[in-house]
Amino acid sequence: MPKTYAYYPGCSSMGTSAEYDRSTRAVCRACGIDLEDVHDWTCCGSTPAHVTDFGLSGALAARNLVQAKSAGRSEVLTPCPSCLKNMKAAQHHAHDPVWGPRIERLLGRKVPEDMRCASVLEILFRETGAEGVRALVKKPLTGLKVACYYGCLLTRPTALMEFDEPENPQSMETLLAATGATVLDFPLKVECCGASLAVVRRDMVQQLSGRLLDTACELGADVLSVACPLCQMNLDLRQKQAACRRQTKAAVPIMYVTQLLGLAFGLDEADLGLGGLIVDPRPVLAGIGARSEEAADAPAGGQDDAKAVNSGRAE
Amino acid sequence: MKTLNLGESDPRFISEVEQRSGQKISRCYQCGACTGRCPNTFAYDLPVNRVMRLIQLGRREEVLSCSAIWLCAACQACAVQCPNEIDVTRVMETCRQMSAEAGLVSERAIQVFVKSFLGSVKRNGRAFEPGLMAGYMFRTGRFFTDVDLAPVMLAKRKLAFKPHKAGNGEVADIFRRYEEEGPVSCNLESDHA
Ligand code: SF4
Ligand code: SF4
Repeated sequence: MPKTYAYYPGCSSMGTSAEYDRSTRAVCRACGIDLEDVHDWTCCGSTPAHVTDFGLSGALAARNLVQAKSAGRSEVLTPCPSCLKNMKAAQHHAHDPVWGPRIERLLGRKVPEDMRCASVLEILFRETGAEGVRALVKKPLTGLKVACYYGCLLTRPTALMEFDEPENPQSMETLLAATGATVLDFPLKVECCGASLAVVRRDMVQQLSGRLLDTACELGADVLSVACPLCQMNLDLRQKQAACRRQTKAAVPIMYVTQLLGLAFGLDEADLGLGGLIVDPRPVLAGIGARSEEAADAPAGGQDDAKAVNSGRAE
Repeated sequence: MKTLNLGESDPRFISEVEQRSGQKISRCYQCGACTGRCPNTFAYDLPVNRVMRLIQLGRREEVLSCSAIWLCAACQACAVQCPNEIDVTRVMETCRQMSAEAGLVSERAIQVFVKSFLGSVKRNGRAFEPGLMAGYMFRTGRFFTDVDLAPVMLAKRKLAFKPHKAGNGEVADIFRRYEEEGPVSCNLESDHA
């Protein structure tokens, strides 16, 4: 019997990253990865708790591990690297002489020790892998030029995340290459996009995000593939701001890796939430359609709309 | 207005930061690799290797009142670089916690955002993005810097309209116990020889 993973959607799944949540569920279903939502899950405390007190952060994150454990699960999967980092940090801090006892006092019980936590990228890489992806591809992404962007947290800190290479990870490239896409060598794949400063320091985030977007465009990327809701929202939402400041006209769609995999698997677009993206990916995706047989089915009106949105963004 | 005595040195400071962060800061030999890799040095008042040095020198106020510790994006790049395996990010995060506890915060807007966020989690069990923004604007007296993005977000249904309640009071209990306990430094013995 396949293992069932406890699934922790995280708060942004209820708003800004709903399409990540949807596409994660759809792709896991297609790959035969069984997900069960953590019952009555609560916020992991995110960066604000982590920068306030490791004890508070640990207790808030660990409550969800307790919930998963009492449902009989042994591994939690979450799409959000920031939530993942907090859960892993809670387990790590549980052994710390200063923070361990404090976490337990604040939580009112022990932190489950034998619980594993992983990102959706890690589980897809581990369970499905390139071969599994190849077997599921129905609409190859042939010709689509993809730059893979991991952001800061998926692979770092190394001791905590225990996944892929900290400075030059390859898991996303491996999975996407198996869909037939052309994977570019993106040198800024683990550079910070500044998302955590987005609300308060617009100047800083524009500088950091702008450099990433410019480089992706210079490399000729059709899309940037991401695996973090904070990076996605930051890069997608701020392209116009960043472009104005840096005087570029770049508008590159920022897609979740799960959306790209889902497209290659031929999953329903509605299940992948493509409509939730701000820089519309349909014009570049229509290009792949033309290269395979699907072109005739693409609704012409939809494409025109998409172009209008895109040129509007690039002004 | 607060006056700083920049030359003042507090020998307990390094041991306090070391205990709280679990990092051996005394091992830092100022190679500068952390600063070389930090994407935010351009905005910092003190580069991150300088923060490390000032901790070694016991310059408590200078460190806890600098803006760098608040502008750090916790991206972990420095932590991967350090040849002495110091988790430099954790040191920055630790200093930020101590800065708030000591009332030496230099970047008030960031602290207000943090408080708004945690307030929202305490009330609802989950973070509620629009409520959070409203609270932030209210408390800084400053109009949300990203107000131009709101129409785009609404059009894409990126903002939920109602908070989702969860956790059946357990999250509020965690916050209550946290507030009752006070800052962790109270339980620390800083017995520096
Ligand atoms: S964690 Fe902070 S100090 Fe370290 S490299 Fe990133 S932004 Fe700079
Ligand atoms: S990289 Fe490590 S040893 Fe080098 S200056 Fe930074 S903290 Fe010190």
